[in-house]
Amino acid sequence: MKHAWLEKNSIVLLIAIILVVAVGGAVEIAPLFWVNGTVEKVSGMRPYTPLELAGRNIYVREGCYVCHSQQIRTLRDEVERYGHYSLAAESMYDHPFQWGSERTGPDLARVGGKYSDEWHRAHLADPRAAVPESIMPPYRFLFSKPLDYRQVRNMLLANRTVGVPYSDEQVAQAKADLEAQADPNADGLEDFQKRYPKAAARDFDGNPALISEGDALIAYMQMLGTLVDFKSYQASAPEHRR
Amino acid sequence: MIMHNWAYEDVLAFAKSWSSVYFMMLFAVVLVWAYWPRNRARFQDAARIPLKDEDA
Amino acid sequence: MQAQVSESPWRFDHYFVPLVIVLGLLAALFEAAWSHDPRMVAQAWIFGACMAITGAWYLWMYVGRTPKDESQPYADDVVRAGVIASMFWGIAGMLVGVIIALQLSFPHLFYLPDQAWTNFGRLRPLHTSAVIFAFGGNVLIATSFYVVQRTCRARLWGGSLSWLVFWGYNAFIVLAGTGYLLGISQSREYAEPEWYADIWLTIVWVCYLLVFMGTLWKRREPHIYVANWFYLAFIITIAILHIVNNLAVPVSLLETQSYSLFSGVQDALTQWWYGHNAVAFYLTVPFLAIMYYFIPKRAERPVYSYRLSILHFWSLTFIYIWAGPHHLLYTALPDWAQTLGMTFSIILWMPSWGGMINGMMTLSGAWDKLRTDPVLRMMVVSVAFYGMATFEGPVMSIKAVNALSHYTNWTVGHVHSGALGWVAYISFGAIYCLVPWLWKKKLYSNAMVEWHFWLSALGIVLYITSMWVAGIMQGLMWRAYNDFGFLEYAFVEVVEAMHPYYIIRALGGLLFLAGTLLMAFNLWKTIRSGSPAAAPAPAPVPAVEAA
Repeated sequence: MKHAWLEKNSIVLLIAIILVVAVGGAVEIAPLFWVNGTVEKVSGMRPYTPLELAGRNIYVREGCYVCHSQQIRTLRDEVERYGHYSLAAESMYDHPFQWGSERTGPDLARVGGKYSDEWHRAHLADPRAAVPESIMPPYRFLFSKPLDYRQVRNMLLANRTVGVPYSDEQVAQAKADLEAQADPNADGLEDFQKRYPKAAARDFDGNPALISEGDALIAYMQMLGTLVDFKSYQASAPEHRR
Repeated sequence: MIMHNWAYEDVLAFAKSWSSVYFMMLFAVVLVWAYWPRNRARFQDAARIPLKDEDA
Repeated sequence: MQAQVSESPWRFDHYFVPLVIVLGLLAALFEAAWSHDPRMVAQAWIFGACMAITGAWYLWMYVGRTPKDESQPYADDVVRAGVIASMFWGIAGMLVGVIIALQLSFPHLFYLPDQAWTNFGRLRPLHTSAVIFAFGGNVLIATSFYVVQRTCRARLWGGSLSWLVFWGYNAFIVLAGTGYLLGISQSREYAEPEWYADIWLTIVWVCYLLVFMGTLWKRREPHIYVANWFYLAFIITIAILHIVNNLAVPVSLLETQSYSLFSGVQDALTQWWYGHNAVAFYLTVPFLAIMYYFIPKRAERPVYSYRLSILHFWSLTFIYIWAGPHHLLYTALPDWAQTLGMTFSIILWMPSWGGMINGMMTLSGAWDKLRTDPVLRMMVVSVAFYGMATFEGPVMSIKAVNALSHYTNWTVGHVHSGALGWVAYISFGAIYCLVPWLWKKKLYSNAMVEWHFWLSALGIVLYITSMWVAGIMQGLMWRAYNDFGFLEYAFVEVVEAMHPYYIIRALGGLLFLAGTLLMAFNLWKTIRSGSPAAAPAPAPVPAVEAA
């Protein structure tokens, strides 16, 4: 009756299952948290501005990740179609990641700056007005719906709790920064640009009377993939070979 | 993290080598147990459990 | 000791179950009263209504009386409820599937630019959750409760606790589904519900584990039948996966939104470790439990090799957990993790086929039953689909193949050959068995089962072949170069090329849905007007008296 205790005792069976399952998970996932080897050092990465973060929330809310990936693989055709392959560092502030799994539509990892704000507005409001063959659903409501940013300070705080390095000042001024980025005539523009160097500030939705959800989403999309300075990135450097 | 002074490569090497040993041992134990001649009758009996119940 | 818990006059479940319902109701009222997030308020009222209904039902069932079901040797009412819920959610989920397939085929058919909730991005998680967690989950709750009682020859442990599992789980489904329509999502595939729904599911799941373990403890059969191993691995592993993958920090306790604890590459690996193991431990392992109970039972012969089933169980449990990174090949994930994921995915082919052979060969010597019993045929075909999908999976995890197949409709086709051919078919087979057994009626129409089988089989064939062709074409077009060394096709040209295949896929889905509707009608007629089973069931082995 060797081993009879194992399968007759439900608790031992339970523990055996946990052990078998947990080892696989631990061995595979745990090393990744020794991050130095996982996420390369690059220059240019910064946390999202409050407006971009709000736009990202809309991206998540509408399920854009269902049809659009944000992960350019290390394959020749992808690099030629979409740009430099994605680096781990580029999603280091992404809670959660948006790599996606399906390309019903094109990859968006480097969509920032590829099209004008006007194009994005027309395309989001009525995709087939901009691209006749598109099968994307319409998002016209984004431009009439005011952005709800009452919680923007808490949004930054929650991100800081999970490891995004927002400064006290960035948290405290979250609301002012959001308004400054969407309205270039606002008073806080200079302070905003000090806190988020190189971040673009303009009226993304073309409607100065309203900070709409469209403002936030376009602000987010226009910065995607634009942060890392690839002139200074050496792919063949020993620390980048993993 | 207990081993936070370990380098990423050390963690990796440990995980890679010992998990294969663990995997092989586990497989061997299960194989021996399942096909141990003395367990044969017991498993044959167990296989009939769904048929014993006449409720349905 | 265990039997006394459910039989003594003081029963913990008479206090515990109402306590959980009341706490759920209070939490809902708290959110409804204090939250300024309109989506949270809506969710609070919806969840509150679920708790109120469950509470009213509980009072009606248990106050001042003992439900008739409790004097039976087996708790079967909760299994019956699970079967009905499965059919309801199955139809709902497949209907949403057809709708979103039509959206991709005819984008102008549902052109509502100001109704965010009608968009593909919100409906797709509704479809996946409805078929996987609502349909599949209820099938698993119902069959696991049925199988564990029969194979242990013991009544479910915990009295009305199993009802809390049923109502609580379905409340989670309602919360999740309405949440997607409201635009609440964590954007983690197959784990979209937000933090508060995740907490509720964790509570329900612990109750599920308790009921299952408790029943194993009070079993009168010395051996734990292998199907229960598979169910147990499902329950415990899903608990681990669910908790780890949903670690997040909410914006505030009054807001729906949260931010995941991990970011970027670690988050991606955690999610696909979860995502792949949801396929493994939700869509495979417990449905193998169904195979290991219902096929032998229906074929009236023991499983081909019990020893093989032991080997199948442990190697599957061990190997599956490593396969997740094959969802992230050629990405920013470190190479060693990609290779590990690919290697284990290929090794996985062996135990999967071991299990398939075991299920198939159970029929050995009784193949003629396939001709006369469409229900058994459905289950055996499902095992064949299991074999096909678990061959295709390892092939797709080879890096060179994945370079082509990833991000394309081939993946969608692969998932559906598993989901429709394997998961849905084995579930249909089990339900076709269960309804006559539980309601003690003869199945209303065998001919209708034949129709269901052929309609849905045609639907599956249309679905997976169209997605194969579409997926491979998509992958080849993306990487095609012209004579001048430039990319041949613009992205949108590839979208255009998908059009006919999207239509064929929608048609396949429609046929599959039609088969399910026929099944629902057949079962409804069986329950309402079917004739009693030919031979009255012999007196079941009484678990209660003996205890």
